[in-house]
Amino acid sequence: MYANTSSRLVLGLLSRQTTAGGRSASSGTAVCKQRALWLRERACLETPRRVVTCHSRARSASQPTVDPDEVRRFQSLAGKWWDERGEFAALHAMNDLRVPFIRDNLLNVHVARHPGKPLGGLRVLDVGCGGGLLTEPLGRLGAKVLGIDPVGDSIGTAQLHSSRDPDLRNRVCYRACTLEELSAEREGGEEEEEEGAGQYDAIVASEVVEHLADLETFAFCCNHVLKPGGSLFITTINKSNLSYALGIVVAEQLLRIVPSGTHDWEKFISPVELERLLESNGFSVQSVRGMLYNPASGAWSWTNSTAINYALHAVKVRDAEESASHPEGRS
Amino acid sequence: SHGRCLWSRDGRLLRGLVCAEHGDDSSQNEVYDIIISGGGMVGSAMACSLGMDPNLEGKKILLLEAGNKKVMDKVPDTYSTRVSSISPGSATLLSGVGVWEHITKMRCKPYKRMQVWDACSDVLITFDKENLQDEMAYIVENDIVVAALTKQLDSLSDNVQVKYRSKVVKYAWPKPHLAADSIPWVKVTLASGESVETKLLIGADGSNSMVRRELGIPTVKWDYDQSAVVAVLHLSELSDTESSLVWSTSHRLAEELLEMDEESFVDAINSAFWSNENQSELIETAGSLFRSALSAIMPSAGSPRQLPPSVAGIGPKSRVMFPLGIGHASEYIRHRVALIGDAAHRVHPLAGQGVNLGFGDVACLTHLLSQAAFDGKDLGAIQHLLEYETERQRHNLPMMAAIDLMKRLYSTNAAPVVLLRTFGLQATNMVPALKVSSLPSSSKHHWTSLR
Repeated sequence: MYANTSSRLVLGLLSRQTTAGGRSASSGTAVCKQRALWLRERACLETPRRVVTCHSRARSASQPTVDPDEVRRFQSLAGKWWDERGEFAALHAMNDLRVPFIRDNLLNVHVARHPGKPLGGLRVLDVGCGGGLLTEPLGRLGAKVLGIDPVGDSIGTAQLHSSRDPDLRNRVCYRACTLEELSAEREGGEEEEEEGAGQYDAIVASEVVEHLADLETFAFCCNHVLKPGGSLFITTINKSNLSYALGIVVAEQLLRIVPSGTHDWEKFISPVELERLLESNGFSVQSVRGMLYNPASGAWSWTNSTAINYALHAVKVRDAEESASHPEGRS
Repeated sequence: SHGRCLWSRDGRLLRGLVCAEHGDDSSQNEVYDIIISGGGMVGSAMACSLGMDPNLEGKKILLLEAGNKKVMDKVPDTYSTRVSSISPGSATLLSGVGVWEHITKMRCKPYKRMQVWDACSDVLITFDKENLQDEMAYIVENDIVVAALTKQLDSLSDNVQVKYRSKVVKYAWPKPHLAADSIPWVKVTLASGESVETKLLIGADGSNSMVRRELGIPTVKWDYDQSAVVAVLHLSELSDTESSLVWSTSHRLAEELLEMDEESFVDAINSAFWSNENQSELIETAGSLFRSALSAIMPSAGSPRQLPPSVAGIGPKSRVMFPLGIGHASEYIRHRVALIGDAAHRVHPLAGQGVNLGFGDVACLTHLLSQAAFDGKDLGAIQHLLEYETERQRHNLPMMAAIDLMKRLYSTNAAPVVLLRTFGLQATNMVPALKVSSLPSSSKHHWTSLR
C-alpha cells in the first residue's frame, strides 16, 4: 500500500488550495482530522489579526507578546509533526532520500568549502515547509533556509521547534505566506534579505505540487525567485493507473482509510507532464528518480519505476548574456 | 534571548514569537552537540574519533572527566599492573585517530602467541596466527593509552573541549519530541554548579555508570565469586622479562595473595603453574587416551607446546586486587543518550577483551554519527542510535557469552566438566579451524591467565 501510506503522508502535509470545494474535512484518520484543523485555520487567516509592533531582535524573554494558548497549540501540533515514529513517520523517513538528493545535486554545482557544512553559503527556499521537517536538515547542512507555508499554525510549530536549537536559530527562518506573494515582492533593497526575486540558489517543493491547481503559476514563480542556474527540487506523486488504483480506489473507496475525495487524482502529475511544464517555464530537467515506500520497514528507497512517487531535479536555464557576466559560484 | 517574526500575508507584522517557555536558566546554558561523560580509554578515544571526523567539523564537542589530566612526559621505568590487550582492530582505530604512534613511542608489547594452561589436566590450548610474522595483539599499559589519547586531544582543541576535574552531580533528561513540560536537551550539572546542555550525551563512565543508573536502564549482571589479583612478573627464562599476570580466584585466596610477602607470592604462582595436585588419575588417563585417538586420525596436528613459565620475581608494589563480575545493560541507548564501553558491558578480564569491545563501540558510533551529520540529521535522533545499539549488541553479546562460558568452564575442578574441557581443548588444539573459531570474530586471542 505504498501510495496509501504516501497519500496519508501527503495529507499530513500542508496543502495550499487555490480553489475551494471538492475536499471534505471529514474525520477519519488522525491525519485527516489534522487536515481539517488546518483548513479551518486557513479560513481564520482571512480575518484581520491584531498587529503587534515589536523590535524582534531587542525583545527580551521577560516580555512575552505571544498568546500562550497559541504556543500551547503549536506545541501540541509539534508533538505530531516532530514525533519521528508518529503520524508523520513516513515523512521523516523520506528525509533519508530527499536530503541526500538535494545535497548531492547541489554539491555537483557548488563545491563545498567547509567540510562540516556542505551547503554553506547557499540560500534555499522550502515551499510548503509544514512543520519544518525538511527545512531543518538543510539548515544543519549550512544553508540559509526560508520555509514558507500558508498555514500559520504549521509555521508557528516550525518556528518553535527550530528556535530551541542555537545552531538553527540564525540559519532557518519561517514565513506564513504563499509562493506567489513572495515572488510578487520587490527585488532587493528590503530589510529582510531573503525576500524578493532572483535570490535563491535552490527551491525545494516536496509533496506540494500534487495539491496545486495552478502549476503554471507555480513554475513561473519558482523561476522568478531563483538565481540563474539555480536548482528546483520536487517530490510528488505520479498520475498513473497504479497511483489511481492504490491511492484512490483502494485507499479512499475500498478500504476507506482516506476519506473519499481527499485526493484529487486529477491533480497528480506524471514526470513527463511535469518536465514539459517546467521546460516551458525556463527550466532544464536534470534527473528524475522513482521513490518507493515500504510500510513494513517504514523506509523509503530509490527505485527504477516512477509509477507512484518520484523526485525531480531541474535547473533554471541561464540566458547567454547572464552566463557571461555571472560566472559559476556563490554570491 | 532572541525573537522571530511572523508576517501576515499582506506584509504586516503579525506577532513576535519569543521562546521563553522552557525556563530562563536553560536558555543561558551552553548547548553542545555532543557531550561525552567519562575520560577513560574509551571515552577519550570517542572524543578523538569525533574530533577528527570531517563531517563533524564545526560541531561543539565536550569531554567531561572527573579526574585530573593525565600527562606523561616521561614513560615510568616500572611497568604498571593495569594493562589491556589491544586487538588489531583496536590498534587500527587508535592509529586512525593518530594515537597509535604516541603509544608505540612510549611502550607497548606485541605478542604472537598465547597459551592457556588448565590447572586440572595437562592439556593446554594455544592461540596463534598461522603466519607468525603477523602480530596477534598488543599488551599496552592503560596509563599509556590514556596519556596518548590525552596528548592527541590537546592537538584537537579547536574541535573538542575537555574539562578535567569536572564531576557530574546530576543529569536531567528530555522527553521525546517537544512535550510541553520537557527541556529540549540533556542537561548536565557539574559539581562546580555549572550546567551544560547537549543534543547527544555519550555515557562512557565505566561499569558503575551514573548515566546508566540515572536512566534506570536495567542491567543484567552478576558478580563472579572471584577477585582478580594482578601483578607484574619477572620470568626466569626470558631476557625481556616483564610479564603481566591476572589471577582470578576466590575472594579469600585473593586477599591472602595480596597480603603475602613477595617471595611467598612468587611460590604461589609457580606452584599454581606447575602443580599436579588438582589432576586426578581418571582425568589424566582419559585425557591421554583421547589424545592418542586423535593422533591416530590426525597424526601431525597440534601446535608446539610451551612449558608454563617459571616466575623469578615480581615487580615491586605491583600487586592489586579487584572484584570480578559481568554486566550487560539491556539497552545501550535512550532518547538523546548512548552508552559505550564498560558502561554498556562489563566482562571478565581473562580474555583481555573489555577495552576492545569498547573501542568497537567507538568505531561504530562515530561512523553512524558522521553519516547522520552529513545527512543533516539531529545527532540525538533515535534512528541512528537504534542502529548503533543493534549492531553492537549483536557483536558484544556472543563475545560476552563466550568469555563467560570459558570462565565457567575453567572455574571448576569437578571431573565431568574438566573432562569436557579436556576433550574440547584437545580436539580444538588439534584442529586448526576449530581453534580459530572458538572465539567470535575480531578477537582471536587470549592472554595468559591463571584460573
